[in-house]
Amino acid sequence: MSFFDYPNVRVARRAMLLRSGAVLSGAAVALLAGRDVLAATTGEAAAGDIRILNTALGAEYEAIAAYQVGAESGLLQKPVLDLAVTFQGHHKEHADVLSKTIHKLGGAPIGAKAKYDFPVASLKTQADVLNFAATLEKGAVSAYLGAVPLFENRDLAKAGASILGDEAMHWAILRQALGMPPVPVAFVS
Amino acid sequence: MQRSRAWLAAWIAVAACACANAAAAPVGDANRGAEIYTRCAACHALEYNRTGPKHCGVVGRKSASVPGFDYSPAMRGAKLTWDEKTLDRFLADPLKTVPGTTMTYAGISDPQERADVIAYLRDAGKSPACR
Repeated sequence: MSFFDYPNVRVARRAMLLRSGAVLSGAAVALLAGRDVLAATTGEAAAGDIRILNTALGAEYEAIAAYQVGAESGLLQKPVLDLAVTFQGHHKEHADVLSKTIHKLGGAPIGAKAKYDFPVASLKTQADVLNFAATLEKGAVSAYLGAVPLFENRDLAKAGASILGDEAMHWAILRQALGMPPVPVAFVS
Repeated sequence: MQRSRAWLAAWIAVAACACANAAAAPVGDANRGAEIYTRCAACHALEYNRTGPKHCGVVGRKSASVPGFDYSPAMRGAKLTWDEKTLDRFLADPLKTVPGTTMTYAGISDPQERADVIAYLRDAGKSPACR
């Protein structure tokens, strides 16, 4: 069933969010695969995969902080506020499984920074916040797209692609909330 | 006759060389580069450090030289100056250019797109946002 087959936007959004949860479960399963599975990647290859996961983890922490800024800005009205908090929750889930997977690979997950710089002075309306979030989510799609082919462990690549799909849904729904065509192109880059 | 053939051969060689150079270094379009730069927005911004370092003034800057940014050992040891050539190499394949970099990104394979991004970064460095 497509987004446009639902009776209204609210139902469609809820269905899409539920669906994204199912996708994330798949990602979590792949990322949190047993140590024996992950052990298939060893040495320099594992070090490379850990670097990729840590870069992704850093970006996820920053996304969590960005949504916190948005949620606390007082500019988001319900139900947009709920949407932002839901998306922040996804990023927390991503960060959690990325961190645990780095541990399982024998690496040291980076922590969140004590402080993040965001263009808060330019966030004056709900649309500003949504635009800012959409920009970050689009960047996240590109970042995962650029990371997926680099994984030595194909299970990690699959899991990275699953997170990519979730970020792409965030981006599309934020564009929809802004009154823009939700999916502007057939391919992401 | 022999001499004019030699001239012709030399001229063709020079023209071929010029064409090869032109093919190797496409002219960048900063406006297109601004759109392509949105791919970098998960980790980078012009004016402030994020998961990656800020990009204001990157063209002409020494690698690993932004104050307050925690660079990887690999980038600290790279000893590059970010000009059109080094940026082009790095953007094409970050991990091949600086093995061990935390910019774990497959790269931009299209030379024209790389030239566009570099043109954008060069122009953005002179913009009010970067002053």
